[in-house]
Amino acid sequence: MKIHIPNSVWLGNIDPFLQGFDPSREDKLEITFNKKWLSIHPMVLSMIAALGLTINSSKIKCEKLEATSKHYLERMRLFDFLGIKSDMNIKEHDASGRFVPLTQIKDSASLTKFVTDVTPLLHLRPKHAEPIRYIMSELIRNVLEHSLSKDGAIVCAQYYKKSNIIRIGIADTGIGIWKSINESHNPKNDIDAIRMALTPGITGTTKREGGTDRNAGAGLFFIKSIASINSDFFVLYSGRGLYKLLKRKSKRIHLNADPFDDRHSKRNNLPSWHGTVVGIDLSLDTTQEFSLLLELLNKTLTEAIKERKKERYKKPQFI
Amino acid sequence: MTHIKLFKQVGPFAENKDIAKEIRVKKLIPALEKNQKIILDFENIDGATQSFVHALISDLIRKYGNEVLDKIQFKSCNATVKAIITIVVDYMQESI
Repeated sequence: MKIHIPNSVWLGNIDPFLQGFDPSREDKLEITFNKKWLSIHPMVLSMIAALGLTINSSKIKCEKLEATSKHYLERMRLFDFLGIKSDMNIKEHDASGRFVPLTQIKDSASLTKFVTDVTPLLHLRPKHAEPIRYIMSELIRNVLEHSLSKDGAIVCAQYYKKSNIIRIGIADTGIGIWKSINESHNPKNDIDAIRMALTPGITGTTKREGGTDRNAGAGLFFIKSIASINSDFFVLYSGRGLYKLLKRKSKRIHLNADPFDDRHSKRNNLPSWHGTVVGIDLSLDTTQEFSLLLELLNKTLTEAIKERKKERYKKPQFI
Repeated sequence: MTHIKLFKQVGPFAENKDIAKEIRVKKLIPALEKNQKIILDFENIDGATQSFVHALISDLIRKYGNEVLDKIQFKSCNATVKAIITIVVDYMQESI
């Protein structure tokens, strides 16, 4: 596998980076970097760290870093995940208020501890902390329950003071969305499976409306909705499919059950990622009160379920 | 009457579905089988996920119908927790 980190990768311009990922030869990993400058989204770090865990460190070739921002990768613990020495000596400052370094979460108890610890680390007001804690918990739990990845979820986050945005990245190298949804539905391809996963009421665990006693099929819809209401980027990459929720253009907030009705871009021809990757930006300037956001969400969710239920109504046979 | 204080088991952020299931199976269902009323006490809990609340109560609504909601009271919920519980209760009633 080969992965090149260009000088700038954010959710808005992530397509060329993903397009450049070479997933062939899964027994080796070669990482190269832009020589001058690195400015990258946590989603990218989570992806590389997740790949690193699947390979023996002796099979990882990491180009010597020259970019001035190379210490960032060390501080985010990327080289620990790759199992290679960076030869960098940095003074580690307290992480609070700025970032959550790459963290591997493999079970429910570690997740509970992580979400308890993460909120004070980011020094946020409750209205900001609530959605972040919520998003991280639900996304990581999705990985633990549905990905079947032996390495669990790899997560990291960074606060950007200038833009007042928290960016979060979560990656796994599990079965991916298509395989998970295909347990109970028939997605045509990866982007179709992503569409189903984002639609409220659809879960890979059952065909039944309302889900099972454990899953309602609403988790990803909630997270996409939080991003949509706040007009933030949200990216979901699995297999060859990529769904990107774009920033809202109008001030009017409208939540859609079908993610393709939101302002978005999509691809179904990217190099295949064996697993699932999620990236989200949360602008703290536009964050709504979480309880108000949930009220908005309830209406869409209930209507969506009602409509899908109606689709399955039997029609009277008039002869 | 069965009074269940959730904080002790779930902490300030109710998100662990495994614990939710354990409470449902070990405490809620036995109480309902005995026809007892239940108070689910969210005191000191400042947030909950939809997954947690779904794992806690969705199966009860499916199993016993929405009449089960006459037997369960939700105590000391803040605005966020109230909103999450309302969402789960609403979509489950649409689904049954």
